[in-house]
Amino acid sequence: MKISQISLFLENKPGHLSSVCQTLADAGISIRTLSLADTQRFGILRLIVEDWKRAKAVLEATGCVVNVTDVVATEVEDRPGGLAALLRPLEESGVNVEYMYAFALGNKGRATMVFRFDQPDAAIEILKKSGVSVLGSVNLFRPAT
Amino acid sequence: MSDSRASGPDAAARFHPASSLDYVPREQLRRLQSQRLKEVVSRVYDHVAFYRRRMDQLGVTPSDIRSIDDVDKLPFTLKSDLRDEYPFGLFAAPLGQIVRLHASSGTTGKPIVAAYTQHDLDVWKNVMVRTFAAAGLSEGDIVQNSYGYGLFTGGLGAHYGAEALGATVIPTSGGNTDRQIMILKDFGVTAICCTPSYFLHVLDRAAEIGIDVRHLPLRVGVFGAEPWTEAMRRRIEELAGIKAYDIYGLTEIIGPGVGAECSGQNGLHIFEDHFYPEIVDPETGRPVPEGADGELVITTLTKQAMPMLRYRSRDITAFLPGSSPSGRTLRRIRRIFHRSDDMFIVRGVNVFPSQIEEALLRVEGTLPHYQITLTRQRGLDDVDVQIEVTPELFSDRVSAMENLQQRLAKAIEQTVNIRVNVSLVEPHSIARSEGKARRVIDKRDL
Repeated sequence: MKISQISLFLENKPGHLSSVCQTLADAGISIRTLSLADTQRFGILRLIVEDWKRAKAVLEATGCVVNVTDVVATEVEDRPGGLAALLRPLEESGVNVEYMYAFALGNKGRATMVFRFDQPDAAIEILKKSGVSVLGSVNLFRPAT
Repeated sequence: MSDSRASGPDAAARFHPASSLDYVPREQLRRLQSQRLKEVVSRVYDHVAFYRRRMDQLGVTPSDIRSIDDVDKLPFTLKSDLRDEYPFGLFAAPLGQIVRLHASSGTTGKPIVAAYTQHDLDVWKNVMVRTFAAAGLSEGDIVQNSYGYGLFTGGLGAHYGAEALGATVIPTSGGNTDRQIMILKDFGVTAICCTPSYFLHVLDRAAEIGIDVRHLPLRVGVFGAEPWTEAMRRRIEELAGIKAYDIYGLTEIIGPGVGAECSGQNGLHIFEDHFYPEIVDPETGRPVPEGADGELVITTLTKQAMPMLRYRSRDITAFLPGSSPSGRTLRRIRRIFHRSDDMFIVRGVNVFPSQIEEALLRVEGTLPHYQITLTRQRGLDDVDVQIEVTPELFSDRVSAMENLQQRLAKAIEQTVNIRVNVSLVEPHSIARSEGKARRVIDKRDL
């Protein structure tokens, strides 16, 4: 149930983010969600798109360095303590969250979060055991309407 | 192939008769050098006003030169002398006998002119045949010559040498990397000549378009025209699955063909029967003790059109002791990766780009494209090393990238003993050159 996330190296310069977005737009690739980690000198853009292989190819064709990482997407109950409850069993098992970000749209009182774990497979096992719904590509990109 | 051949010098190559002078006994070589030095000194004294003036100033006449040991009585020639005498002031032959002119790229001011009589072109061809033969090439090899054809000596120098060797020469010249790769692949090229930095660029591009050069028939690279390091050789050999040989030359002397590595890949044999080498202290001009570092100084022994007496190359090297594994008797110099021109001084410390290169390779085992920018703010020098992020270096985690930046900065600081800023930049954001890589941008107002 892992999701492939693509990430890109960006210099902190005007126009660099928009040109990446334009490349994807021109290829008809829709960004499902994204997160931009910025430091003083550079940024790392992480993207979730449905056709990550094609996204990687079109971005590499423009000269970008593109990485693919396994991440885990889950539903989190949109209530106080929802995220804390999800994280607790992971912490107890020593699985570390490298970073996380949320999907733009939640539905029906649930938020969708993307996690970059140091041990994604272990994380999925733990999450499933504690009854958290881990989302696959099908749920993410073709949500029931 | 019989066993005795396989174990002999440069076993893979058929022996080319031109190479026999590479193995000449030292005493015979000395006699040849002495005879030739006397001839060339007479020639320049009689025909070049500049040399007659310099020798008169030192109180030296051609009759004072009795053997090669008298070479240090002669005046030095500096690069600035070539500029002062631009364009034809140092010619020792009438224009009617000069059949070719070349010129250096000359990044500042006027270029350096090189002139050749037909005899000089034959000498050049001879030393280039020996250069290729030393790299294990022979008749039957297919040589892609990606040195630039034109005023630059590299293109035509390598071209005529490879042809005279009996190889099949493809004169691709520089540039149009995709076409270079296509020819490399389609023509079954076995050897390539270009600058090592350009070859790395070719390898980069080949990887991008999904061609693994290791699976091509290419087996030898003959690289020169810029300083490069042992670490860069290892990287090239590993990525391309070839043997990478260093060659040495300079426009002022003849172009490529002054020195070349043999199968031992340990130092460059100087073709001493044509180019007499000395190594001197760059400050005092006096010879350094045998084996010590110094500036390479070359006297051309056979050139007619534009002979050079004791030309100061500005290249830092040392004579290597011991005998060559290939059995060549010609003296070897250590590969040149310090050119005094490339050196920059930051906060009183001498730094060579090659040191920064070594540090980069040590950290990640790869050599990303890089550039060094020097700036000065309020009297303080800053060194910024821009390094292009490669797929091998890139991580989606900020901490990993910051860590990488720190490791790179630390490795460079440990090598050169000054603090530097490391900036990670996007791939292909540093300008590529088709010829010599431009590693240092000095924006200081010195």
